[in-house]
Amino acid sequence: MTLVAFWFVVLAVVWTGFLLLEGFDFGVGMLHGVVGRDDAGRDLAVHTIEPVWDGNEVWLVVTAAVTFAAFPVWYATMFSAYYPVMVVVLVALILRGVSFEFRSHSASARARAFWGGALAGGSLVVPLGLGIVLGGLLAGVPIDSAQEFVGGAGDLFPAYALMTGATVVLVCLVHGAVFLALRTTADLRRRALGIARALAPVVAVVVTAWAAWTRVTARDGVLLSVAEFAAILAAITAAAFVHVRREGLAFAATATTMAAMTASIFSELYPRVMVSSLGPANDLTTTNTASASYALTVMTVVLAVLLPVVLLYQAWTYHVFRARLRGPVPTPQVPADAG
Amino acid sequence: MSVVDLARLQFAGTSIYHFLFVPLTIGLALLTAILQTCWYRTDKPEYLRLTRFFGVLLVINIAVGVVTGLVQEFQFGMNWSGYSRFVGDVFGAPLAMEGLAAFFLESTFLGLWVFGRERLSRRVHLATIWAVAAGGVLSAAFIMAANSWMQNPVGYTIDPATGRAQLTSIGAVLTNPVFLRSLLHVLLASLVTASIVMLAVAAWHLRRRSHVAEFGRAARVALVVLVPVLALNLLVGSELGVTEGTYQPMKIAAAEAQWQTCQPCSFSLFQIGGGNNDQTPSKIIQVPHLLSLLATNSWNGQVVGLNELQAQYEQQYGPGDYVPNVFIQYWAMRVMAYLGSLMLVVGLWGLWRRRRLAESPWFLRVAIWCLPLPFVVNTAGWILTENGRQPWIVQGLQKTADANSPSVTAAAILTSLLIFLLLYGALAVVDWILMARYARRELPAEQPADEHEAPAPAPTY
Repeated sequence: MTLVAFWFVVLAVVWTGFLLLEGFDFGVGMLHGVVGRDDAGRDLAVHTIEPVWDGNEVWLVVTAAVTFAAFPVWYATMFSAYYPVMVVVLVALILRGVSFEFRSHSASARARAFWGGALAGGSLVVPLGLGIVLGGLLAGVPIDSAQEFVGGAGDLFPAYALMTGATVVLVCLVHGAVFLALRTTADLRRRALGIARALAPVVAVVVTAWAAWTRVTARDGVLLSVAEFAAILAAITAAAFVHVRREGLAFAATATTMAAMTASIFSELYPRVMVSSLGPANDLTTTNTASASYALTVMTVVLAVLLPVVLLYQAWTYHVFRARLRGPVPTPQVPADAG
Repeated sequence: MSVVDLARLQFAGTSIYHFLFVPLTIGLALLTAILQTCWYRTDKPEYLRLTRFFGVLLVINIAVGVVTGLVQEFQFGMNWSGYSRFVGDVFGAPLAMEGLAAFFLESTFLGLWVFGRERLSRRVHLATIWAVAAGGVLSAAFIMAANSWMQNPVGYTIDPATGRAQLTSIGAVLTNPVFLRSLLHVLLASLVTASIVMLAVAAWHLRRRSHVAEFGRAARVALVVLVPVLALNLLVGSELGVTEGTYQPMKIAAAEAQWQTCQPCSFSLFQIGGGNNDQTPSKIIQVPHLLSLLATNSWNGQVVGLNELQAQYEQQYGPGDYVPNVFIQYWAMRVMAYLGSLMLVVGLWGLWRRRRLAESPWFLRVAIWCLPLPFVVNTAGWILTENGRQPWIVQGLQKTADANSPSVTAAAILTSLLIFLLLYGALAVVDWILMARYARRELPAEQPADEHEAPAPAPTY
């Protein structure tokens, strides 16, 4: 495998890390108001992700930075082309990012409800927007021979991209519901599981349709690829496990669904990175957007040293916070209401 | 305004705002780690109470710092795709390293520190706040490496086929003389920012005679950090000036509004008038030899004037205006230096009164009003270094005017600019309300009444 191809795989891996990890905390964010019937319930639901969401979001930061470092032309064209989408995603990321802290420090019920709403709305808009971008890489946007985006805002939303955005949101929802069921007890757990049971079959159908559409969009024949097949299988398995209330296995299955979806998009893309709707000659590819081999070699060494360490301490965090939450919400290091 | 002007305005506005929070959180993480270490070592409860008190302020500001940092990372691609294409091979590497080495560390361990107190041993819990602090310091290191490359590009070559910059030596990028000095400058400035904030908050409480013992201690910790760090930073800053003067002579000549070459050169305390269209402002109180000393480290050093530099640059790079905005340079430099020195005076005053701070109402009053100073100084410092780089985005290699995104319209940038303006304004209000509320709060109780046992791990998971 060449260095450039290796970094394409790395990028697929960090996208997967982001969608798989922050995927469930997007799901929990969207569902916290539905699962928690009262303030205490909502607090508990949010608290399942409070210690870890920030670490999960770094996967998105790294995704963008790795794109910049390894494929600068891809980074430049993608972010400038998707300008309006990125602005909306940023606003959602900002409101959602401060909502955890501001919500827990809110003095009034109204402020609390507002930041709860920001958490739910942000958790919906970010995966939707980034899903549209991911789908658009494969569906194609107008890019000219100078590797510049030449379309308008209307060109950013081909039907397949919208479908990808919606599918990612749905998978986040079921992924988050299963995570909530796994981390809570009693009523909260029952309601989360109920939501997961209602959603999982729908998600399985949607993922199947999305996988078939992915194949059609990639114009690669009618037979599904291994990754697409795995996505469908994982989504169906997830529905089955949720149905028999096996939360741990169901979570593994929803995580696999997300990973297989990312793998589907990236394997269908390769060796392209952004399809041009103006013809294959204008496609951005791994080779015509990549950094030179010295920079990629340096980055490879850095990655080889740091990524295992990061995975180790992130896994340890999940180990520390493995206990099911029974409520009330544990006192944080810095209690909001002491005084 | 042109597309480039709007993109610059957005970048300047969002990064200045972002950098209000960055030095505060880098410094406050270090100070909080020091307080917690004092508690770990001495077992004195006041240190624990102070750790938790300042921990709240830290966590609220980290939240705003982190989300506004996302905008910066996306913005290179959104508004400056010309720049990103040209430099990504070199500039992207430190950003990716920052994510992998610094942000993961900071964010993951912050979660552990805030929520893991009951689940971790005292020693491990102490280690988590140091990991957060280390993450902050590392992020400053990588971002300053990237920024320094824009001031003084090293370790690269231009690929003749694509015309893009290519990394040839990561070692050169990480030992860039501008980088080493500016990193130290930023880290010391972060400690100054946090210790002034800690001092001001402690002074506010001391004036009201609340928790005199605890906040007296906090004020002394802040003063002991502030004075040596700030004194050192004035020296580092002047050293950085000499270094930048070597690689970016325009920046330093503009900071003194020095149109004609001089030797030796005097430093003017103030001037009336001045700017790019007024080469003969009335300079008030000139200190002989001081500019020579500041810009070249020698008594009789020569400072090449803006007019001569302009002529040189035109020969080297072709016709164009290579003089940065002189008015901004001149005053940014003075605001930074004067207010920095003022903080040092206040710090020395506090050290002198350190045993009877609670009985020094005038000092306490002044200390409270010092709160905005480090933020103004930090902002002035960035304006000095970034405005002084103009018209270049990468010194000598790419002009700012050639760096924006060709596919992004002025209307799009104006829209996003207004959106960020509203959003950041609202965030500032909420952050200020929370900071004011928590900074004025009583210290938390030694043992919170509602403390309960950690939930037992469920056997199914």
